[in-house]
Amino acid sequence: MSLDRWLEILSTLGRNRLRTFLTMLSVAWGILMLVVLQGAGQGLSHGTQEQFKDDAVNSIWMFAGRTTIPYGGYPVGRRLTFDNGDYDALRDAPGVEHLTGRYGIRGGGFFGGEVIVRRGDKSSSFDVRSVHPDHLYLEKTIMVAGRFLNQRDLDGHRKVAVIGMPVRDFLFGPGADPMGQWIEVNGVAFQVVGVFTDEGGEGELRKVYLPITTAQRAFGGNDRINMLMFTVGDADVAESQALADQAIALMAEHHDFAPADKQAVRVRNNVEAFDRFNKIFKIIELFVWVIGLGTIVAGIVGVSNIMMIAVKERTKEIGVRKALGATPSSIITMIVEEAVFLTAIAGYVGLVAGVAILQLVAAVLPANDFFSDPTVDLGLAIKATVILIVAGALAGYFPARAAARVNPIVALRDQ
Amino acid sequence: MVRLDKINKYYRVGAHSLHVLRDVDLEIEPGEMVSIMGASGSGKSTLLNVLGILDGYERGEYWLDGTLMRDLNERKAAHYRNKFLGFVFQSFNLLPFKTAAENVALPLYYQKVPRRKRNRIAMQYLERVGLLDWAEHLPSEMSGGQKQRVAIARALIGKPRLILADEPTGALDSETSHQIMDLLTEIHQTGITMIVVTHEHDVAARTQRVIHLKDGRVEADP
Ligand SMILES: Nc1ncnc2c1ncn2[C@@H]1O[C@H](COP(=O)(O)OP(=O)(O)OP(=O)(O)O)[C@@H](O)[C@H]1O
Ligand SMILES: [Mg+2]
Repeated sequence: MSLDRWLEILSTLGRNRLRTFLTMLSVAWGILMLVVLQGAGQGLSHGTQEQFKDDAVNSIWMFAGRTTIPYGGYPVGRRLTFDNGDYDALRDAPGVEHLTGRYGIRGGGFFGGEVIVRRGDKSSSFDVRSVHPDHLYLEKTIMVAGRFLNQRDLDGHRKVAVIGMPVRDFLFGPGADPMGQWIEVNGVAFQVVGVFTDEGGEGELRKVYLPITTAQRAFGGNDRINMLMFTVGDADVAESQALADQAIALMAEHHDFAPADKQAVRVRNNVEAFDRFNKIFKIIELFVWVIGLGTIVAGIVGVSNIMMIAVKERTKEIGVRKALGATPSSIITMIVEEAVFLTAIAGYVGLVAGVAILQLVAAVLPANDFFSDPTVDLGLAIKATVILIVAGALAGYFPARAAARVNPIVALRDQ
Repeated sequence: MVRLDKINKYYRVGAHSLHVLRDVDLEIEPGEMVSIMGASGSGKSTLLNVLGILDGYERGEYWLDGTLMRDLNERKAAHYRNKFLGFVFQSFNLLPFKTAAENVALPLYYQKVPRRKRNRIAMQYLERVGLLDWAEHLPSEMSGGQKQRVAIARALIGKPRLILADEPTGALDSETSHQIMDLLTEIHQTGITMIVVTHEHDVAARTQRVIHLKDGRVEADP
């Protein structure tokens, strides 16, 4: 569009400043609402997504429980415990991608649970997990130095440990190289072979990983396993459900309980949980768009109305322009351009204001489990721009048609 | 230049239809200066609107420079108005928010002449009507005579072959009317065909030929 047309538009809009301002206000408000709502929805979604980031979402976790259905001559209420046999059975089962058991070490201290980790004169209590090598995938552990546990560690019952960054910082000093050094876990010496980090936050980092076989032997665990976790590849909800059922059936065989007993083995299917979460946020997103677009439609109607009044007021002007040789299309272009210009500028102001509000909220509100990073992404900015231009064109369409229909004789006659 | 052949025009007023132009025959040669007179309501403005392709007609034929003006679409009509015709109105019809120069330049905007060039040409035409010093003034700051001069400059800028003036002196005192007629006559002498609708005999007297309209009929065309 040439400078000429811009000057023409500006001079027209400048003629009725109050009206122009009010029109722009309604559009700016609409876009502002859309952006803020959208950002809030995203923040909500990001916040909750944060909780899923920590672990593999395509995983199934299993905990041993108590039987509630009499079976095979055993009484009800029998307490079950997983063991290495369960791990072996699951490892050979189809559809199981990465598999790990977890055996938690209980401290022998006065308060029971805590496990003391010591190096020299430094000691503190950390959560100690003994696991299989695949635990790396289940927990989405990120190695920053050395390596994670491997099968040879397990086969050889090696006394090796992988520690989180805060554990290293505490025991060895920030950024120090702990590789090959020895630490004491509950009085047993382990050699550090790796340092890890995790997106799950501080709680997931204050941990020490040991080979499960070593821990079972060193801390009197025999072949007990507290918990089993496995990933299911890209299985959908139904497929993951089937894999969970298959796993329960294997265990039912191993431990002699009714496969239908829901309490004997408790299952957390993350595929299903993640899917449910996603559905909820799809609905929230839709809701946000409906409300935001509704506000914009109100803005469009406002602009359209005001332009319509403007066209009525400008009947004479349009008649003169036609008598001087303005074609209907040039009149239509003139009105539509004015409307697009109005909405685009106003919408842009609304967009910027909305982003500013979101940034402010993000800065003031610390990220938490429910709301984080409410920023507007590029996609939304593009969508908003397209909406603005379409909205402007729509708002201008009816007034422009009315303007093009102005009969020059009638327009010129009224004095 | 202009040939009307049994032109008939009706206005629909409610359920009735008003016969405004009745079998109007008219021939105007290139370079002529003609006035149209007649009582109020006799159809003078209607005739001028038909000639200016601002309005259509029901029966007959209107030939403008050898082309039949009939069932033109709006785009074609706009083209002829822009390239062929110049209008001067009783009430000037200047755009109040534009300066004299911008008003004069407007027809060139629709010929897609660039702004700078447009303004330069507008200045030439303002000079020609003696208003160069008033170029940056708004119409509200000018007298009736000055406004009509601006309107005339605007009618001229598109280099029309035919100028249609509907009571161009109707809103002016006799002294100013005289000056405007001087200007129109001068323009006519450059070879532009001119049709002036008027009530005033001394205005009509300054044209080469007077056409009298009565109840939509051409009365005396010597
Ligand atoms: N748009 C219209 N609808 C209906 N009737 C109209 C319309 N325009 C004009 N008329 C009627 O047509 C007749 C001719 O009108 P016109 O304006 O051509 O007269 P005129 O000779 O120019 O009169 P005046 O000297 O008062 O300007 C009048 O009776 C008028 O009322
Ligand atoms: Mg008239």
